[in-house]
Amino acid sequence: MFVINCPYCGEREQSEFKAGGEAHIIRPKQPTELSDDQWAEYLFMRKNIKGVQFERWIHTHGCRKWFNVVRDTSNDVIKAVYKMGEKPPTK
Amino acid sequence: MKNKYSLFSLVKNAFSYHENWEKAWKDPEPKKEYDAIIIGGGGHGLATAYYLAKKHDMKNIAVVEKGWIGGGNTGRNTTIIRSNYLWDASAGLYDHALKIWEGLSQELNYNVMFSQRGVMNLAHNLQDVRDLKRRTHANRLNGIDAVYLNTEQVKKFCPIINTSPDIRYPVLGGTLQRRAGTARHDAVAWGYARGADEMGVDIIQNCEVKGIKRNGESVEGIETTKGFIKTKKIGVVAAGHSSVIANMAGLRLPLESKPLQALVSEPVKPIIDTVVMSNAVHAYVSQSDKGELVIGAGTDDYVSYSQKGSHDIVEGTLNAILELYPIFSRMRMLRQWGGIVDICPDASPIVSKTSIKGLYFNCGWGTGGFKATPGSGDLFAHTIANDEPHKLNAAFNINRFVSGDLVDEHGAAAVAH
Repeated sequence: MFVINCPYCGEREQSEFKAGGEAHIIRPKQPTELSDDQWAEYLFMRKNIKGVQFERWIHTHGCRKWFNVVRDTSNDVIKAVYKMGEKPPTK
Repeated sequence: MKNKYSLFSLVKNAFSYHENWEKAWKDPEPKKEYDAIIIGGGGHGLATAYYLAKKHDMKNIAVVEKGWIGGGNTGRNTTIIRSNYLWDASAGLYDHALKIWEGLSQELNYNVMFSQRGVMNLAHNLQDVRDLKRRTHANRLNGIDAVYLNTEQVKKFCPIINTSPDIRYPVLGGTLQRRAGTARHDAVAWGYARGADEMGVDIIQNCEVKGIKRNGESVEGIETTKGFIKTKKIGVVAAGHSSVIANMAGLRLPLESKPLQALVSEPVKPIIDTVVMSNAVHAYVSQSDKGELVIGAGTDDYVSYSQKGSHDIVEGTLNAILELYPIFSRMRMLRQWGGIVDICPDASPIVSKTSIKGLYFNCGWGTGGFKATPGSGDLFAHTIANDEPHKLNAAFNINRFVSGDLVDEHGAAAVAH
């Protein structure tokens, strides 16, 4: 239960959004050359951090655009919001 | 030996105003070294320690718990026990647990208040009907009791359900597992703690794990708030915090930890004598012995360790409850809370050894771990003691995410995830 500042629409209740999980997981460039271990890493393994986590959200009941959020998962405080394709904040 | 709980001991202690009951477990300081350490003093962790001591003759073991025993998800769940899972591997795992539940109070000499009041799962659309019938057949092939009920039979079994065809998601049928039911969640932790303590297990509370010491590919011990403890075998049963512990050991897990909420109403006279679960509209309800309606809501879709869920999740569940049980429309809710559940991509648990020698994980039980407590402890103890899984938990190894041999219970487990 928190408010997310959508970079396109402004502050809205979290219930308008859907979480898209950990951000910056890059799809393998050469999928045919991946070992099973590398596939498992890409598909299933997650940081699942208790603390500051980079993640994707979509404004499902709004502009329907994807963007990134930096959130402390221990207390749900949002540290930063940035658009897809932008570099994540370093601090 | 501990004094046996009995009618005689109850009467005897009444004469001293119940002030001289023997402590159910000690509160020891950690020794320097143990043969095995279990991280996490919930039901699963305490059961693991109990069966390690009882069936595998490992007496020099400790359970370390950062808070108090049974104070995590063991104390936060809606206490539903059932084994009507679709896939063979899951059926074997959960029915193993259910069989232990059936004799658990006697075995532990501790009343876990296991009540086989039945669990009914409702169907609200044609696909539900097909899925539930298929699951009923699969259950029966696995020797698990299951019957399919039509709408009239559902109404007869639980008369307060609104079976009118005019509601938004009408009840088209349901399944019933009569051996399923509920148990007293705290008593499970306390009973196992008492049993383990009696066999010499050290239960160390208020002792948070801060690090796992590795020597190359094997473990050497744990760093805790009460100092370093040496051991060659570590069993991690840390539920929502499994990834945090895995991170200390440099291990990656396929888990996501999410808030799961539940709520209870004010206590009322007996009104619902079974457990009714509805997957499609997400409404789970039973009644506790105190008379409260016990309602399970869903998980939020984001990772969080805050132990707080979103209001709209609770609202959605209550909408569904009111549509199905109009009689509850004026009930007031007393308490609402959230716990953190660790969910695997295939919604099945991991009970497994890992790539690090001496490090074992029992996690990923997600939204439905309570029902498995005795079986999970038994099989995890077997895995730790023999460094090999039991045949019932072999499928729940961590390598299934590499091999692709998943136990996909996401849509099949008679519960929404």
